[in-house]
Amino acid sequence: MADKTKQEKPGYKTIPMGGMIPRAGSSEDYKTGDWRVKKPVRDDEKCIDCLFCYIFCPERAVSVTEDGKIGKINLDYCKGCGICAEECPKDAIKMELE
Amino acid sequence: MGKKVALIGTAAMATAMRQINPDVVSAFPITPQTAIVQDFASYVHNGMVDTEFITVESEHSAMSACVGAASAGARVMTATSSAGLALMWEILSIASGLRLPVVMTNVNRALSAPINIHCDHSDSMGARDAGWIQFYSENSQEGYDNLIKSIRIAEDENVRLPAMVMIDGFITGHSTEILEILEDSQVKGFLKENKAPYSVLDIENPSTFGPLQLTDYYFETKKQEADAMVASMDTIKAVCKEYRELSGREQPLVDTYMIDDAEMAIMVLSSTAGTTRSVVRELRKDGIKAGLIKPRLFRPFPKEEIIESTKNLKALAVLDRSDSFSGQGGPLYSEVRSALYDLDTKPVITNYVYGLGGRDTTIDQIKKAFNDLSSVAKTGKAENLVNYLGVRE
Repeated sequence: MADKTKQEKPGYKTIPMGGMIPRAGSSEDYKTGDWRVKKPVRDDEKCIDCLFCYIFCPERAVSVTEDGKIGKINLDYCKGCGICAEECPKDAIKMELE
Repeated sequence: MGKKVALIGTAAMATAMRQINPDVVSAFPITPQTAIVQDFASYVHNGMVDTEFITVESEHSAMSACVGAASAGARVMTATSSAGLALMWEILSIASGLRLPVVMTNVNRALSAPINIHCDHSDSMGARDAGWIQFYSENSQEGYDNLIKSIRIAEDENVRLPAMVMIDGFITGHSTEILEILEDSQVKGFLKENKAPYSVLDIENPSTFGPLQLTDYYFETKKQEADAMVASMDTIKAVCKEYRELSGREQPLVDTYMIDDAEMAIMVLSSTAGTTRSVVRELRKDGIKAGLIKPRLFRPFPKEEIIESTKNLKALAVLDRSDSFSGQGGPLYSEVRSALYDLDTKPVITNYVYGLGGRDTTIDQIKKAFNDLSSVAKTGKAENLVNYLGVRE
């Protein structure tokens, strides 16, 4: 699918039949971050590491550190839906224009 | 070898399905469904087939279930008619777009409105651009034979496209005819293993079926499908040759009758070819050089065979049992005309839309078309290119 790192895409003579993707995990190649209008910005002072944003994020763009705390939000995949900001019980996430 | 049986057309199709013994059949069991599915349900109930039979609430769901089962690599069949095919329409192009070899019988019947249950070809002609292989059958024998061949063609690794086999509603579907059926073991021996290149149930090799393809890949996938349809002609010819050797039945993709020295001919699909053949026979007794051309295959379009069959004609009438409401005639006409356009010498080609909503197409009507044709052949000119046969003014 949309592997944007490649300039030259394969043509109809070589692509798999019927638009198949014959391998697993290909959604990693599809960067949905460019759909975003607003990005989530977290206030570390307010965040209590409850992991709500991690649980609710439909893209799994919120990561968790090894010691169980909220890590970075991966903007390659964050579509800017704002669910994390809506669900945050401490109002620690604000959606800001890019 | 095979044996002769007397069956109504739908029972002939259900018999072929029993002998094919598909893995999955999904069908909507109520009107406009035909007795094909009723007969097949009894085979399932009586343990005569190994088929998983899925009844659903609509034809849209029936074809959707077929797509799902075919994605798993199953041999999948269904049957429909008329408005049922129309309701499948969205999923038809999903089956072909995903390159799934679903095989279906369609008993040709008119589309509403006005509401009507009788034969015409407006249902399957409405699906002519859906990426399905299309066979049209003159009688039960051809329907039976076309259905068995279609499994081999659709599942071939160089094709992987769905196929639909048409028989005329009521005229063939509800009439008892004698046909010769193969032994069950012969059908089993003729069919090959359905080797799906991918299966949605293959957890060792996970794959995605039907992903989003926007401006980046959709066009390439469709071009690949278009090429597969063109290339399927080689497989169709090879499978038909093998089937001929098995059955002893000569069934060219474009059949002809008395065409070699004919000056004029009628080209027509399905059961009306029988009426036309008897008219040709009668006209020949009076020394009139009339002929018949009957394509069995409409998708892919058998262009070379059509050109070959028409090369000596002065006048050709193409009969269409559906209208395109374009003022340019029916679908068979416009494609035949297009196929012959580039030739230096070609017949004058006229069109007759006939038999809509099951209107009887009589010997007298066919004679009238030949009568028109004889003056076209003499003058080299047609008064009207597009005509309607057997309609009241």
